[in-house]
Amino acid sequence: MTDVLEHPLDVPEHGDGHLHDEHHGPSGLLKWITTTDHKIIGLSYTVTSVIMLVIGGLFAEIIRAQLATPNGTLVSLSQYNELFTMHGSVMIYLFAGPFAFAGLANIIVPIQIGAPDMAFPRLNALSYWLYLTGSITMLAGFFTAGGAANFGWVAYAPLSNSINTPGAGADLWIGGLLLTGFSAIFTGVNLCATIFYLRAPGMTMFRMPIFTWNMLVTGILILLAFPVLTAGLIMLYCDRHFGTHIYSVAGGGVPVLWQHIFWFWGHPEVYILALPFFGMVTEIIAVFSRKPVFGYKGMIFATLSIAALSLGVWAHHMFTTGVVLLPFFSIMSLLIAVPTGIKIFNWIGTMWRGEVWFSTAMLMALGFLVTFLIGGLTGIYLASPPLDFFTHDTYFVVAHFHSVVMALVLGGMGGLYYWGPKITGYLLNERIGKAQFWFLFIGTQVFTLPQYLLGLDGMPRRIAVYPRDPQWKMLNDWSSIGAAMIGLSTLLFVVNVAVSWKKYPAGDNPWDAQTLEWFTTSPPPHHNFYRLPQIRSERPTWDYNHPEHRSLAHGDHDDHGAQAPGETVPAP
Amino acid sequence: MKVEAKMLLGLGLFFGIMCAVYWNWSLENAGGVMMFAGMLLCFLPGSYYYFWSRRMKARPEDDPNATQASGAGVVGSFPGTSIWPFTLGMGAFMVVLALVFGIWFLIPGLGLVAWALLGGTAEGRRGGKV
Amino acid sequence: MEISTLPPQGVTTRTRRWRRLRKVVALPLAALALAGCTVPSFGAKQGATKTSRSTYHLWQGFSLGAAIIGGFVILLILYAVIRYRRKGDNIPRQSQYHLPLEMLYTVVPIIIVFGLFVATIVVENQVVADPKTNVTINVNAFQWGWKFSYPGTSAVVVGQTTQAPEMVMPVNTDVHINLTSTDVIHGFYVKEFNFSRYALPGIRNQFTLHAVQTGTFFGQCTQLCGLYHSLMYFKVKVVSPSQYATWIAGFTDATTAQAASKATSQQTSSLVPSKSTASSGAN
Repeated sequence: MTDVLEHPLDVPEHGDGHLHDEHHGPSGLLKWITTTDHKIIGLSYTVTSVIMLVIGGLFAEIIRAQLATPNGTLVSLSQYNELFTMHGSVMIYLFAGPFAFAGLANIIVPIQIGAPDMAFPRLNALSYWLYLTGSITMLAGFFTAGGAANFGWVAYAPLSNSINTPGAGADLWIGGLLLTGFSAIFTGVNLCATIFYLRAPGMTMFRMPIFTWNMLVTGILILLAFPVLTAGLIMLYCDRHFGTHIYSVAGGGVPVLWQHIFWFWGHPEVYILALPFFGMVTEIIAVFSRKPVFGYKGMIFATLSIAALSLGVWAHHMFTTGVVLLPFFSIMSLLIAVPTGIKIFNWIGTMWRGEVWFSTAMLMALGFLVTFLIGGLTGIYLASPPLDFFTHDTYFVVAHFHSVVMALVLGGMGGLYYWGPKITGYLLNERIGKAQFWFLFIGTQVFTLPQYLLGLDGMPRRIAVYPRDPQWKMLNDWSSIGAAMIGLSTLLFVVNVAVSWKKYPAGDNPWDAQTLEWFTTSPPPHHNFYRLPQIRSERPTWDYNHPEHRSLAHGDHDDHGAQAPGETVPAP
Repeated sequence: MKVEAKMLLGLGLFFGIMCAVYWNWSLENAGGVMMFAGMLLCFLPGSYYYFWSRRMKARPEDDPNATQASGAGVVGSFPGTSIWPFTLGMGAFMVVLALVFGIWFLIPGLGLVAWALLGGTAEGRRGGKV
Repeated sequence: MEISTLPPQGVTTRTRRWRRLRKVVALPLAALALAGCTVPSFGAKQGATKTSRSTYHLWQGFSLGAAIIGGFVILLILYAVIRYRRKGDNIPRQSQYHLPLEMLYTVVPIIIVFGLFVATIVVENQVVADPKTNVTINVNAFQWGWKFSYPGTSAVVVGQTTQAPEMVMPVNTDVHINLTSTDVIHGFYVKEFNFSRYALPGIRNQFTLHAVQTGTFFGQCTQLCGLYHSLMYFKVKVVSPSQYATWIAGFTDATTAQAASKATSQQTSSLVPSKSTASSGAN
């Protein structure tokens, strides 16, 4: 049924607050299959991606168990290759991306800008179904005779061609990524269109919350990068099945071309993963310091710089090929440290002279800050080719990206604790949350720090056994303890969700938060808003609740317009 | 839409400069082509918004002094429940399975895709059904 | 740092500029090297080649910077959360920008980054330098072993997985390596050279190794190449030039063929490393 929104409050409300039409829609499974509501779609994405997190995590625990001894026999060499390939693939393609840009973003972006839904609700729903079927396709590889894909999550040619990796597992991997790739592209379209076209009156571009700004830039990056991956994958499939020689030497092709195409997507991808979490953390730190975001325009400038630079650094993953222009990629990669540093200083500036309170969400955000600092600093080494030459493809790199990714997980957990009440209407238990935080944060450091040392001691990545180097066992064991702590923290999260189920009603604004989504009910009603406040800054809810503590944004006039401060008007 | 336009054009310009430097300096075409295409991709909506922003008056969401009442009226068309995204998704799923398990999967796959495209378009035009 | 030969076309302006730059950067790098006993290693080692040492000092420089900056930022975070923790219900002053400070922490990192870049380029030019020399080794990576052949001689060393074939080379000499692969991409990595390079099919990667220390150093494939990637071991044995010459001379066509056939007939398919067989070649 198409809703044309025209004075919805003219329609008589039922006593329970639902609009008339809703009672006559589908229910149960059919409702889920036919929904176009961004909140339900976003919640579906969030739940599915957390399930993917658990699956990827199980693969990780098996990997750690195999590495417990120098000559482990828990899994065969071939199964091990499948395990780390699918661990990386599930975590990156099926958990981190969808959670960030389609899970929380789907739910939160429209209500942060005062929109009734995403710009293209049916396309949004399609994105989810493509994601779900893509995930199933990729994981189905495990049930084929040859096993799942086993060439690493990066599938370098010629290892990924039909001679070296025959079998359906690889093709299912490619097919799954075609589906999830289109899912991401459609989400990117939706994000950009929604943010460009559906903002509430008064919500100018420079009054949008930082999370929404980050999602806009993420959307643009998705549109720039994902089609490149999709094209590369189609070419890989053609090489495997249609006798083309795009990536193979035999027919005059160039294997390194795969790496160029893959990493041209691959590097913007890591920023597509990171920017949403940066946005979440920005919101959390501001709210729990009871201050506005420090350096709002600087943050936006930094985000745009990161996006712009990210398209020019891809070959820093290829320094050891010997065929890329080292100085160009080195300076561009080093420069990305600058906007990242600006963000870190702005986060600190937000807390400075604030009133910092340590809710679980804030602890997670602080954990993100420290962990990302460590991971980011080690990334700077990798931007220097001579230093990359001896750390590339060792556990040093594995430690670097796990530091960064675990920082994102910390930020994501913060996002769930912060926005969970808005989405579900119920708070999560804070004490279990804090226990989860300590296991996750300390577990992350115990997991990654030994791996830096292992890499410097020469342990390569993607190896199942290390019989020549039994001295690596001790550091591997420490790292596995950290991994177990991380697994335990995930279990605590699941326990928390179960224990807090419908127990602590949240109300509209349990955190005294600042942005527009906290103005509506928890959960928001159909089409999101009964009333909208006047929007005169990037903190409309804060201005409404604390008119005497308003902040003046750059260049704004102190003009209250036709409405007195604090007045609202029914949603259009 | 001035901010949107400037942002996209700015990104496109940056990609263009980066592309010019890289393509000339390196001995490698793939990266140059990809950066050039990225530049075009930014210029496309960017120039569209730029030309429109000069012709149109400020929308309520671009007006820093707008009142909520100025946004009253039709916001847009938001299709409610619809079976077509699910159908199209299942069709695409089967098309991809055809890549792996045999071309016969294309029959149900493309069938569902075509049905969903037709149904979805009709729904959009007609206003959909409950 | 000296270069043993001038480029044949003379010294270009670019070379002059890099040399001037080198002098500017050499001083702090040298200071760092002199202070080597007091600057911590931060986990890396100075290694056995000429360029592994420059790389090591670059590592130390980067690490010092990272430790200082990282330590400073963590202290700021800790100070902020301790000093400004919530003490009541009052709402703090809603300050939201400070342009001079923001400019400062935009510009200073850019300067630091450029410094890191210059240091990088200086060391990088040393590492990728490939002067003419008369010792050349062709390194051929394959699934799942290594073949080292010495053009102009009959010397060939080949082995699979845990046979760990040994590449013999002379100390204090520029050794030119031609690296390629016959199937998928492999990684030629020697920890103690602080160096690795991909072996790419259809491409000949060229670089120079200049060992300054004798000994046997372990190497391993670092780029995923299939089933036995974990066990694609090799060794590099650095010997004196006279020992090297003797070793080369010991090869006749007969011994080469015999060694090759022995290597290919010994397939390693278990996880347990095989007893160290007389790896073909090294006397």
